[in-house]
Amino acid sequence: MLKLLSTEPVRLLAFLVGIMAFVGLNAAYLVWVERKGAGRFQRRPGPTEVGYAGLLQPIADAIKLLSKQLIVPQGVDAALFRVAPLLMMAPALMSLAVIPFGPSLAARNINVGLLLIFALGSINVMAIMLGGWSSRNKYAIMSAARVVSQNVAYEIPTLLVVITMIMITGTMNLNEIVRQQAGAFWHWNVFRVWVNPLMPVTFLIFFICMLAETNRAPFDMAEAESELVAGAYTEYSSMGFGVFFMAEYANILLGCSLATVLFLGGWQSPFGILPGVLWFLIKMYFLVFAVVWVRWTFPRTQFYGLLNLSWKLLIPVSLFTLILSSAIMKLY
Amino acid sequence: MTTQETIVSNLADVPRSNGGGVETFVLNVGPQHPATHGVLRVKMTMDGEYVLRAEPVCGYIHRMHEKMGENRTYAQFLPNTSRIDYLSAMTYTHAWAGVVERAAKIQPPPRAEYVRVITSELNRISSHLVWWGAFLLDLGGFTPLLYAFDDREMILDLLERITGARLTYCYYRIGGLYNDVDEEFIEGTRKFVHHMRPRLKMYRELVTENIIFRKRLIDIGPISQEMCRKYGATGPVIRGSGIPYDVRKAEPYSAYPEFDFEIPHFREGDSMARYLVRMEEMAQSLRIIEQALDKLPSGPVMAEKVPRVLKLPAGDYCYAVEAARGRFMVRIVSDNKEIAYRAKLRTPCLSNLSLFEEASQGMLLPDALALMGSLDLVIPDIDR
Repeated sequence: MLKLLSTEPVRLLAFLVGIMAFVGLNAAYLVWVERKGAGRFQRRPGPTEVGYAGLLQPIADAIKLLSKQLIVPQGVDAALFRVAPLLMMAPALMSLAVIPFGPSLAARNINVGLLLIFALGSINVMAIMLGGWSSRNKYAIMSAARVVSQNVAYEIPTLLVVITMIMITGTMNLNEIVRQQAGAFWHWNVFRVWVNPLMPVTFLIFFICMLAETNRAPFDMAEAESELVAGAYTEYSSMGFGVFFMAEYANILLGCSLATVLFLGGWQSPFGILPGVLWFLIKMYFLVFAVVWVRWTFPRTQFYGLLNLSWKLLIPVSLFTLILSSAIMKLY
Repeated sequence: MTTQETIVSNLADVPRSNGGGVETFVLNVGPQHPATHGVLRVKMTMDGEYVLRAEPVCGYIHRMHEKMGENRTYAQFLPNTSRIDYLSAMTYTHAWAGVVERAAKIQPPPRAEYVRVITSELNRISSHLVWWGAFLLDLGGFTPLLYAFDDREMILDLLERITGARLTYCYYRIGGLYNDVDEEFIEGTRKFVHHMRPRLKMYRELVTENIIFRKRLIDIGPISQEMCRKYGATGPVIRGSGIPYDVRKAEPYSAYPEFDFEIPHFREGDSMARYLVRMEEMAQSLRIIEQALDKLPSGPVMAEKVPRVLKLPAGDYCYAVEAARGRFMVRIVSDNKEIAYRAKLRTPCLSNLSLFEEASQGMLLPDALALMGSLDLVIPDIDR
């Protein structure tokens, strides 16, 4: 029996179920965190009615969404319309397979983990674009066009930052990257200024790009509700919308996990107490909280402002950090 | 960036550099759209994200207020005026009461005039607070709305105590006020003034100085003085274009000449200027309220000998007030009956909306909607 449990297929199945449960639970409860957080920032209590402190609210919302009809409007490309939400959700789930939650807690410890995440991450753009395009709705099409230009602009600084990280760490294996950051907190990549004095800036660029790629405020061009009603999601109802909604949180989860692994030492404990998994979750949820915080503080950017930020500021700076760290590596 | 090209009346004239004249589509913003704050419909001819022509379509909430003014007595019509611009109800009832008083030669007692000023200015602040929150909502910031409503709640509580209503007040009566204010109201208003000043500072730090916010407003949606004159725009819209016109100073009414206050105006004419005008106006309103509370005379709040059946002598009467959105003017033509022969309501939002078509030409959609937000439109006020 024990032998059967430790076989590879069973292990993978356990991880599959685990990741799906993790993402599902988080997608539901991050909505609750978001609403509670928004409530606190806005001097109101947030959800309180369903369950203690509104804890059952996500479940009530899920039941509501599930029980509604998924309307496929006349004249839409029905196949693409249905596939788009799945295309948004699936890459986030798959990417989590290579994230090391703990020293030995990763579904797949492969050497090109980082590459895999960015390869899968690009599918998100496709998903929103297809959703918007197939909706046969003007707002949705405009939103789809925005998403493409936004994501193209933000993939570049992200990848430049990631190349810098790969150069410094010399590996694309996420577990190995975490292992290199062992020790107290100043060994975390974000604080390793002797490797590259601009390391905190690099982290900031990564964080901003992560916000932009997950279409979160202040970069929520795709869902700019005061301009485009609900953007690419305008025609979606029921779980079609629900899956898009969950995927947004799944992508935040993924982005924050990746930032934790790359910059904040992943499962490394700064004090040597508590297990690694817990530290990973603490760091990740801290970043998630920052994402929520940003959303409820800033107004939305105009999209040329967003493109200007990327092309005129983030890309030059990230190129500079790339050159700087390669120069430093060459010299020492 | 946006391109402010010359005005085009024909789509074929749109310069190619603007990407126009190639392939356009019509985008309906409204009558049910989050940015229009009501049932305004704007038919936008778009080229991608560029607005080639934005044509406002009015009439979705036309309620025949002018006609209603012509088939009921002057006192009966008074509550109607507070439904026209529901956010600035005090000033609107003020105009109606004012025009009837002017025609019937009724002089309200000084205490009534002072209380009218205090409540009108409180109403102006609450109206600007709603605008502030809703404008930020247009720009994608949610939190300020809740902060603004938090402060507005204090005003509503104060006004509810003395008027009995929270939004559509009918507190002013022909010849004075419905009832007198008490000590608790005066103390509460003083407390509110002390509370509001630091809040305005907080608003400035939280929003006005925010870089994203500034980038979305500065140099966006310029409205020239010429355009303001052409369409008869009033209120913060022209004061943002550098014309210091304010009915409170230009045609002083009620007790306003007795107070020391400034008319904030900015020359830039962009959305930011209109924003700053309103923010500054709230501070000025606080100043007026403070002075009025200090100088509040005692005495009755209702003029003696207001006839039960009011017949205005035949003639043509006008009375204008500075409402939160601009100049609200009532014109009554009387033929010596209990009912007006003609009641004309000149509302500021219709004129302010009229310039939107010209001002928004060639703008990007989000900028055009930011411009619309900065005009501070109340839809029932447009349609009446």
